[in-house]
Amino acid sequence: MHRKEPTSRVVIKFVIAIIIAAYILFPFALVVINSCKATADITANPIGFNGVSIGQLMQNLNDVINNTNFLFWHAFGYSVLITVLSLILLALFGSMTAWVICRNKTVWATVIYFTFIASMIIPFQVVMLPLISTFRDVGKFIGIPMLQSVPGIVFAYLGFGGAMTVFILTGFIKGIPYDLEEAASIDGCRPEQVFFKVIFPLLTPVITTVTILNGMWIWNDYLLPSMMLGQNGKVKTLPVAVQAFVGSYVKQWNLILTAALLAIIPMVILFLFAQKQIMNGMIEGAVKG
Amino acid sequence: MSEASGSKKLLSLVCLIGGAALLVVSLALDFMGSKAGYRGALLVIGIIGIIVGLYILPTLKYHRTLVYVIFLFPLLFAFAVTVIIPLFLGLFYSFTNWNGIRYTEFVGLANYTRMFRQPSFIWSILLTALFVVFNMILVNLVAFLLALLCTSKLKGMGFFRASYFLPNLIGGIVLGYIWQFIFSNVVTKIFTGMKFSMLSDTKTAFIAIIIVYVWQYAGYIMLIYITGLNTVPGDVLEAANIDGANAMQTLFQIKIPMIAPTITICTFLTLTSAFKQFDVNLSLTNGTGSLMFMGEFLTNGTQMLALNIYNTAVVENEYAFGQAKAFLFFLILACVSILQVRISNSKEVEL
Repeated sequence: MHRKEPTSRVVIKFVIAIIIAAYILFPFALVVINSCKATADITANPIGFNGVSIGQLMQNLNDVINNTNFLFWHAFGYSVLITVLSLILLALFGSMTAWVICRNKTVWATVIYFTFIASMIIPFQVVMLPLISTFRDVGKFIGIPMLQSVPGIVFAYLGFGGAMTVFILTGFIKGIPYDLEEAASIDGCRPEQVFFKVIFPLLTPVITTVTILNGMWIWNDYLLPSMMLGQNGKVKTLPVAVQAFVGSYVKQWNLILTAALLAIIPMVILFLFAQKQIMNGMIEGAVKG
Repeated sequence: MSEASGSKKLLSLVCLIGGAALLVVSLALDFMGSKAGYRGALLVIGIIGIIVGLYILPTLKYHRTLVYVIFLFPLLFAFAVTVIIPLFLGLFYSFTNWNGIRYTEFVGLANYTRMFRQPSFIWSILLTALFVVFNMILVNLVAFLLALLCTSKLKGMGFFRASYFLPNLIGGIVLGYIWQFIFSNVVTKIFTGMKFSMLSDTKTAFIAIIIVYVWQYAGYIMLIYITGLNTVPGDVLEAANIDGANAMQTLFQIKIPMIAPTITICTFLTLTSAFKQFDVNLSLTNGTGSLMFMGEFLTNGTQMLALNIYNTAVVENEYAFGQAKAFLFFLILACVSILQVRISNSKEVEL
């Protein structure tokens, strides 16, 4: 297909690719190296390997994990719980909503759809302040605390992630032939059975996309949890815990970098296992969204 | 058959009445000022009871509509409470002296006129505009070059692509602190000519934010460009090759025009995300940096709009003022993104 490229150019390109990769991965390497050092060794020489020892890493890990401002396992657990709950509910309710919007040619379905689309441009900053007071009032009214609680923040993610989720899912459901549903109806399926038995299983690829997009956002989100959960609340997500921890330890770089390492590792491990899915999900989300 | 439908009717009535009773009890407790913890549970069980009752009520005629309503309810309810209601409340609050909990008077446009007399806010707007322009150009340029590199057939491209994308997986807060370490401890060690950290001077700190942002975001945009470049059909490239087009000609006259829609998507993404940049700004410099601007000494030299709004409301406790700023922020973002889409679309048509 191509004229064969001269070897010299291939080599140059390869070298450039390696240099860029080194530049991009360099910060990660620094985090790993310096998590294995004491503060004095870091300030003396942040790049070299002197002072690196597994013992020091264990020491740092121990100091960070049990720190009262960080409480790694606590924050990690809450992050996982909040992310997983939000993702499951977003996928379920999102596809239910998208299906109803697709199968109704009425005015209100169109209105709902365009409201969702229009809302995607609203930045979080515009609603974050009244959101807190609204949630406080709603929580008081229904008797379930909505601030500093897991149900509250999952509910908020449901509201904020809803628009994009419905948008991507509607695009997909429109492509599913209606004959399929008619056949199921004729065979005696009720509408909800049609959805759960016929449509929902077909959505697997697009739900994967949506889950990856939402998952990346919710896991790394800082502003919403910091506003809703507070810096020193009982419930904390990982980004909030990192911020609270670093705020309390100025320039203790060995501890700060160890905390960063702990925050990075879960995502990197996930990426190693699901590289292709994550990258494809991010691409599809961008192209459709 | 009739017996089954009879018992079903009974069951649905029991659910309906029980649910309504629980709902009433929980609301009554609410109005009596009870702090009982089980109030919320009663409410939720009551609502579920009513829904189940309605659902098994054998009136097939409305069954489909009912299913639709039940399907729509959870997401629409969450959406209304988290986006729609706060949006309108916020618009209203921005005309009052709201302090985050209550407001006592209606101040008209005072909040809006006040922000244009505040040099630190004007500075934040200008800085954000500058940041957006720099990033749109740099991120797209770097990402496109990386995409070209990754689409040329080299060994190990899967590895390079994944590693270029890696920074995008990590949240801005953590990245900001890692780079704070690099700028203040590592860069000064490598370039021994540098006496001070880049973050201590306003101008270089701004450059530092751009460096971190491009580092984080270019990998993601690169993925989209790669997808775009892969849609350029091979036979077109082959034809160009046979006609004797060199690499530069192929790039500018075939590849770039053919991926115009991708360029639109990427500029839109970089525009909106750079405009809303908050996390890295907070953790890398926290907006600090001193300068003289409009005859005043400012200490928020690297504070971008999103952070300015956050600090006005949460740190300085001026909620109504922060809310008014947020609405201006929204207006600018909406106008700029609509304009950008218009311009790109007209360009695409020309080609």
